[in-house]
Amino acid sequence: MLRGGFYCLLVGLWWLATARRVWPPYLLPSPKEVAVSLGEALRDGSLLSALGTSAARVGVGYGLALVVGTVVGLLLARSRPLDATLGSVVTGLQSLPSICWFPLALLWFGLNERAVLFVVVMGALFAVILEVRSGVRNLPPLWLRAAQMLGARGPQLWFKVLLPAILPAFASGMRQGWAFAWRSLMAAELLSQSLRRGVGHLLANGRDLNDMALVLGMMGVILALGLLVDALLFRPLERLILRRWGGTLA
Amino acid sequence: MRAQGVGHRYPGGTLALEGIDLAIPNGEFVALIGPSGCGKSTLLSLLAGLETPTEGSIVSAQRPAVVFQEAALYPWKNVLDNVAFGLELRGVSKAERQARATAALKKVHLSRFAQAFPHELSGGMRQRAAIARALVLEPDALFLDEPFAALDAQTRTLLQAELLTLWQREKMRVVLVTHSLDEALAMADRVVLMAAQPGRILEDVRVDAPRPRDPRTSPVLLALHERLLARLSQEVARVAAVEYDTDWSAPAPAQELLEEAGSGI
Repeated sequence: MLRGGFYCLLVGLWWLATARRVWPPYLLPSPKEVAVSLGEALRDGSLLSALGTSAARVGVGYGLALVVGTVVGLLLARSRPLDATLGSVVTGLQSLPSICWFPLALLWFGLNERAVLFVVVMGALFAVILEVRSGVRNLPPLWLRAAQMLGARGPQLWFKVLLPAILPAFASGMRQGWAFAWRSLMAAELLSQSLRRGVGHLLANGRDLNDMALVLGMMGVILALGLLVDALLFRPLERLILRRWGGTLA
Repeated sequence: MRAQGVGHRYPGGTLALEGIDLAIPNGEFVALIGPSGCGKSTLLSLLAGLETPTEGSIVSAQRPAVVFQEAALYPWKNVLDNVAFGLELRGVSKAERQARATAALKKVHLSRFAQAFPHELSGGMRQRAAIARALVLEPDALFLDEPFAALDAQTRTLLQAELLTLWQREKMRVVLVTHSLDEALAMADRVVLMAAQPGRILEDVRVDAPRPRDPRTSPVLLALHERLLARLSQEVARVAAVEYDTDWSAPAPAQELLEEAGSGI
């Protein structure tokens, strides 16, 4: 309630600033102009097709990062030598902004979908690896001993105990991975304008055309998408798992 | 079930156990007691087949089951599925394992909570569920590693009595690791007193007293209590002298102090 009121107030101030011409319209268009610009992008189909393109890219990249990240994370958690070597690389690379992979990807793959995909995967991968690894690391040792006592062997230990046990960590890895994947995709799309148009391209387009209404509109769309997926998908998932696992959301 | 000339060295090289000979016939209730670090939990793991000794040989039970100090239930399964998990791993059909798990829960008076999740249970209830999870395997040897140590006194007494009843009904071997001499004397057929550094068996005493026992009134138990407590206190003092070296001086009669503290060693 309070928050909603605050956001209304912000839009009100924005509207007031444009009505009073505090800044010229080409620097700060009114809320209405932004809405009109978005409506136009919707009507001519460019926004929907861009959304589809971006969603496909982030979907594939994020999916890949989840699969690879989970496997690598599990391996690191269960093998000391691997963790001492590859694990330290992962920890180090985690702090590299994923867009820094873009020049490398351009030289390797050329300016194409694979380069963008690469950047998205690199953006999400390390967060997923680290969450999965720490998930396994922080398991109570007794859970594994109890499983052993009850007769769990090999694959059973993995699929009936380890994997369900790390679900809470996995969910938070998924959430973080999503945020990183989405940011990485937007950065990559801003820098790769000759490809199929995603929402990042529409944003860059707005800049090229000096169309501030489009720029603001697309920024809003990108922000809303990131938040919506988090709020509608990952947060409920994390809550559900945590409730079932007996913890609470910190 | 027997251990012959068993010694065990931890991966770090520390000698945890040395020269352990112990035979436990079917249906016997044995309590392992000793100062911390005497390797009684390690011995339990070896006897239960959870670990292999680095020396000597162990003939373990055919169907061992272990209850740990913490219940170690899986939070994503409800109580029924936790109890049935051992059967699930053995490929028992869902209908059958639920029936058997329900029966096991009845034995520990927890069937009302079959659908509850572990975090909804009290510590005592969780430990009951852990016992049911062991019982459902129809073990011929039940190993309990300080199962009641983390519980409050009332719950502990209640669960001790229930464990005795269960044991008398099911007629399996029970190996109970405990810190409490009272607990050992109240429950076990035999009390095995262990010493530390390296872990070894100091005394193996038969407790000839009818159940239910009251260690505070039965002359046999009182005498045993006094004798074993003396040995245990000596051992604790010896270990302290080694561990703390010159920092440690025996508080003049250390034994009395320990005795005053009762059996909570």
